Amino acid sequence: MSTREPRPSPESSALISAHGLRKSYGRTEALRGASLELREGEILAVAGASGSGKSTLLHCLSGIVRPDEGVVTYGGEQLGLLPEGRLGELRRSDFGVVFQFGQLIPELTALDNVAMPLLLAGMRRGPAQQQAGEWLERFGVRGQAELRPGEMGGGQSQRVALGRALVTGPRVVFADEPTGALDTLAGEQVMTALVHTARESATAVLLITHDAQVAAYADREVVMSDGVLRSGSDDVVGQEAARREG
Amino acid sequence: MSTRHVLLGLLAAGPCHGYDLKRQYDARFPQARPLAYGQVYTTLQRLVRDGLAAVDGTDSDGGPERTLYRSTDEGSRELALWTDQITAPAPFVTNEIFAKVVVSILVAAAGAPTGPDGRKPDAAAHLRAQRAAHMERMRELTALKTAPGADLSTVLSADYALAHLDADVRWMTTTTARIDTLTAEVNAA
Repeated sequence: MSTREPRPSPESSALISAHGLRKSYGRTEALRGASLELREGEILAVAGASGSGKSTLLHCLSGIVRPDEGVVTYGGEQLGLLPEGRLGELRRSDFGVVFQFGQLIPELTALDNVAMPLLLAGMRRGPAQQQAGEWLERFGVRGQAELRPGEMGGGQSQRVALGRALVTGPRVVFADEPTGALDTLAGEQVMTALVHTARESATAVLLITHDAQVAAYADREVVMSDGVLRSGSDDVVGQEAARREG
Repeated sequence: MSTRHVLLGLLAAGPCHGYDLKRQYDARFPQARPLAYGQVYTTLQRLVRDGLAAVDGTDSDGGPERTLYRSTDEGSRELALWTDQITAPAPFVTNEIFAKVVVSILVAAAGAPTGPDGRKPDAAAHLRAQRAAHMERMRELTALKTAPGADLSTVLSADYALAHLDADVRWMTTTTARIDTLTAEVNAA
């Protein structure tokens, strides 16, 4: 399993920065000028109600969707200027993604699901399966290696999905409501596994959640409301009113 | 929290002296205010007076002599009555956060600036700042309970505090969404 340098200080440079993102679907404005920075090795929670634009933001930051306006920069490269081939390469090597329902391939075993990103990157089957097995072991689901997603519990499936997201040693993991379909204790196991691994390997995590107890695993939080982001810590009482009146 | 019942519960494991009872109390309830030695000994004396505990000799263990206490049969019955009794849900509507939000709306509706800088209270900004303060505490508690080797008392205590803070945060989220309606209701009253 790959590891990088220890966790950087909060002042470290931005890994991903987004400025003025706007995205509409038909007449619905999902993003209305959202801006944020995700630093190297940082775990950042994006909280907010359903329909506030959180998932659209994740899709824009991970290059799955192109914003109508605004700029996303990853490691100095503007995603909007990259050809599809380079974007696909980033998604395979630098980005890991975990969704609410895992979205594992139902026909494959847990072991093969985790090995898949390595096989797509050109690794031979034997070493890929060995690395996949190590990740299953790490997340406490080695015993489920030969089971298919439909044969596992929700918490087990999500830990397999974590293995799949982390197996390539990504620099950033995008996690979209990773515990949204789990009970409290299963959710806690998934979040603990994700956060401990990310901290050890200095992997940045963008964590989308509507649940404050899940957001509390992150280093800091921004809140999305009606397609714009704000940091609660900026909201020292009275500052906003003073600014408006000033 | 009923200190006398908690001490009776700790004595259920066997005779113990005041110093160890205090240590056990602080370990079992890490988020609570540490128990003062004076309160331990006063409570033990009252338990003995009421027949719920009894002196069980002394031990010195190489140091000063210490009095051992044990629970009595009556103490065990009293403890069972207490643990069986359902606690009335607390009237959280008197919470200070709730009061500050409603008062902020009232003062803003009155149109009068307050404070030395003449600004008006802003309930929505207040809620966002309060959420940030809650989240900071929730991050501390989450780090505490997920630290390697965290004991069960710490985990349970952090879970309990997190669940209550989470309830506040959910209320703040809903209130932020309702704030325009709430302002209109207060204005109309």
